[in-house]
Amino acid sequence: MNARIPILAADAAATACEPPSVIHERGQREVFCGLTGIVWLHRKIQDAFFLVVGSRTCAHLLQSAAGVMIFAEPRFATAIIDDRDLAGIADAQAELERVVERLLARRPDIRLLFLVGSCPSEVIKLDLGRACARLTQRHAPHVRVLNWSGSGIETTFTQGEDACLAALVPSLPEDDGERLLIVGTLADVVEDQFRRHLNELGIGNVDVLPPRRSDAQPAVGPGTRLLLAQPFLADTCRALEARGARRLSAPYPLGAEGTTAWLRAAAQAFGVDAARQANVLGPRRERAARALARHRLQLQGKRVFLFPDSQLEVPMARFLSRELGMQLVEVGSPYLHATLIDAELPLLPAGTQLAEGQDVERQLDRCRDAAPDLVVCGLGLANPLEAEGLATKWSIELVFTPVQGFEQAADLASLFTRPLERRQRLCWPTAA
Amino acid sequence: MQLTLWTYEGPTHVGAMRVATAMRGVHYVLHAPQGDTYADLLFTMIERRDRRPPVTYTTFQARDLGSDTAELFKEAARAAVERFRPQALLVGSSCTAELLQDDPGGLAQRLGLDVPVVPLELPSYQRKENWAAAETFYRLVRAMCPAPAVPAAGARSPQARCNILGPTALGFRHRDDLHEIRALLGQLGVEVNVVAPLDATPSDLSRLGNAAFNVVLYPEVAGTAAQWLQRAHGQPSTKTVPIGAGATRDFIAEVCALAGLDAADARVSTEPRAAWYARSVDSCYLTGKRVFVFGDATHVVAAARVASEELGFTVVGLGTYSREFAREVREAAARHGVEALVTEDYLEVEARVSELQPELVLGTQMERHIAKRLGIPCAVISAPVHVQDFPARHSPQMGFEGANVLFDTWVHPLMMGLEEHLLRMFREDFEFHESAGASHLGQAAAKPAIPPLGPSPAPTTQPPQPTQPTPPAAPGAEPIVAGWAPEAERELHKIPFFVRGKARRNTERYARDRGLATITVETLYDAKAHFGR
Repeated sequence: MNARIPILAADAAATACEPPSVIHERGQREVFCGLTGIVWLHRKIQDAFFLVVGSRTCAHLLQSAAGVMIFAEPRFATAIIDDRDLAGIADAQAELERVVERLLARRPDIRLLFLVGSCPSEVIKLDLGRACARLTQRHAPHVRVLNWSGSGIETTFTQGEDACLAALVPSLPEDDGERLLIVGTLADVVEDQFRRHLNELGIGNVDVLPPRRSDAQPAVGPGTRLLLAQPFLADTCRALEARGARRLSAPYPLGAEGTTAWLRAAAQAFGVDAARQANVLGPRRERAARALARHRLQLQGKRVFLFPDSQLEVPMARFLSRELGMQLVEVGSPYLHATLIDAELPLLPAGTQLAEGQDVERQLDRCRDAAPDLVVCGLGLANPLEAEGLATKWSIELVFTPVQGFEQAADLASLFTRPLERRQRLCWPTAA
Repeated sequence: MQLTLWTYEGPTHVGAMRVATAMRGVHYVLHAPQGDTYADLLFTMIERRDRRPPVTYTTFQARDLGSDTAELFKEAARAAVERFRPQALLVGSSCTAELLQDDPGGLAQRLGLDVPVVPLELPSYQRKENWAAAETFYRLVRAMCPAPAVPAAGARSPQARCNILGPTALGFRHRDDLHEIRALLGQLGVEVNVVAPLDATPSDLSRLGNAAFNVVLYPEVAGTAAQWLQRAHGQPSTKTVPIGAGATRDFIAEVCALAGLDAADARVSTEPRAAWYARSVDSCYLTGKRVFVFGDATHVVAAARVASEELGFTVVGLGTYSREFAREVREAAARHGVEALVTEDYLEVEARVSELQPELVLGTQMERHIAKRLGIPCAVISAPVHVQDFPARHSPQMGFEGANVLFDTWVHPLMMGLEEHLLRMFREDFEFHESAGASHLGQAAAKPAIPPLGPSPAPTTQPPQPTQPTPPAAPGAEPIVAGWAPEAERELHKIPFFVRGKARRNTERYARDRGLATITVETLYDAKAHFGR
């Protein structure tokens, strides 16, 4: 790894001797389930529709997480299982087909339909694979039907995207050619920037998964190099590797340093010479670093506590500590996939306190004891902690905002400076 | 299986949470998979509560299904009691846990906890949020305030003492309604014994019997408990929901009768400012405005009465998602000469609004969206709640101040009389074209912006280009039928956009009924004369 990312070698060597310590916890988890990923996936793949097969709870989660009715007619819906389906009075498969027929008649623009499994559909073992096969037979070639599970018993928040992308992999066309495949949903503007950078580096054959339209499927094969844009794509990565693709180990493109290292990993793999790398990446990295300087002044030395949410926490913590000078009190993550963050862990400061899993009450105890300057946490915790006098940053914004890449590095930093700046501006008496 | 884009009510455990979160000294242990904790953000973000809901979720995962989810529940219940020391513990399942059949009630009972345990059976695949809120409140009331061993012989409390039942967390203006009604009862000389569930403790519930009657603000939540209190404690309850000036006067009469007071003695001003505003000449343009009303049963029944009796509107449609109260809503609809729409299907409501083309929609956040798409003014009168339904200011729906709030909220989205006339007179004015929208609606998307009155900014050198946004693809909106003669169609487009839909629909119906192949300018005005009010 060090050989592949020489720019980071020195730092990695310096900290490798003291690995981070990890608290493994089980208890109440204050996290979203994988269905939540539909909120951004349905905007990304523009001719896809996501039909959750679940309960009223699933429908309510989606509408609450998405903000009530922000889209007039969303490209997602829920087929709500009722007691007739459970009691066997209605044949659940036939019912599901009836619902899909109604949906497709209403939305002839749908080209790709995902049947998305949920907690109840998993527990009653409703066979969505079988439903897919039958529906595909009926509606091919106009509509493809695939299934994945976003159930909370199997997936935490961003793992829903992982399950969705993994479901796309088997149908990707085969191709042996040398190509770069960026994997993970990025904001369109970020994706376009990365394509430009890679193009300037001389890497022309670049695809993205998920595609913006379902018929623009990237090819995959032994010549494919994977560059993960998101750290939570373990199953997708495994499925692509099973088709011959090889993953490039790299930090994730958060911050000037992370973005440089991420693009450099691609450049090295495609044999781009050092001069060209420096020409393309150097000026952009400098510009991003200039934009970050203002935020560094505000955040330097401030203590931050991250609750587990999206698995972006480790790369985020690396950015906060190395580029903004923040001190990491605790870095929680729902899961630590050692392989996928192999290039991130060595960059954390010596002895960083990591936490995998969650017992939310105990973690809140630790957080209150530590009294950090900023808490990164979910929406269920943020206002109560604010009321206790702690400054918070909603972690969901880190997933719903374009934060990757050089030009967004300062935007990402501003998400952390804003809550602090706001507290300075307001003249209201604070609770604490 | 039901295809659902948006739901009016949440799942049953959210109903239970609204009661638990409203109260103090209660904790709810919810057997639920990872992810169901999203419900916390309804309270912390939509209502901006400063505390987490008092709920412990077991958050089981797939790996727990193979081992012992019941054990997980027991650990969670024990830990919750130890950490939060509640006066009463609610236990129950969310939809997924219901399928596991772990029986949280039985498990908790066998734990031998030193707090009263109230098990909740809330069938998630049959019932919804409001029913469950009512059931939860009823179970709590029954557990904390059991029927006396000897039936109460008459008055155990002063006659002029009542409980207020119904306000919960995440309720539509419950906070402000409570404030208003408590003050009104005070003015009437009625003492308030207990308010529940909002801010009540389980020990407060045990004192419910010390009142002569109950004031039920929201039958959806408090109806079941009030009926039980009537049976077990002999407490009658109010039937009138005091939304609107007329209903508030009826409510005062009802309360006075229950409290043994003479309503004539009540030192209460019974005329809100809205009553004068409604009589004021500028309100003339409100006469006969066609309104469509949809929401929970309590609010739609009240809104229809206010709309017709206090604002002079015509109710053209009335509906509810509260199936439990379908009978009451059907009766109300019959009083207004319309057929009630009882449905949980958002698409059905949209189709009805689109068909009726009302001039004002009084609905929920869902109808606000429908109305926005169809270009119809809308005011929100009912849950499901949105962050905007928790205004910083005092904004009740109930009582006389509530009547003032209703007047303002429902009239402001409408065109003011003179603006409407100007639009009719100068319908081809480039600033009054349809995509500009009405100035008072503040449609940011509409371009060009209509300059404000008063000193105007530097005149633009070129006239604003009327942009033609793609017409909203309103499902159910009828396309122009083939039979329109070109000059008739041009004439149709001179009709202001906010009534054009109705004019088109009426003309086509008129032509269809008479078997006319072509719609001419004359047909248009024949139809206008025929349907004109």
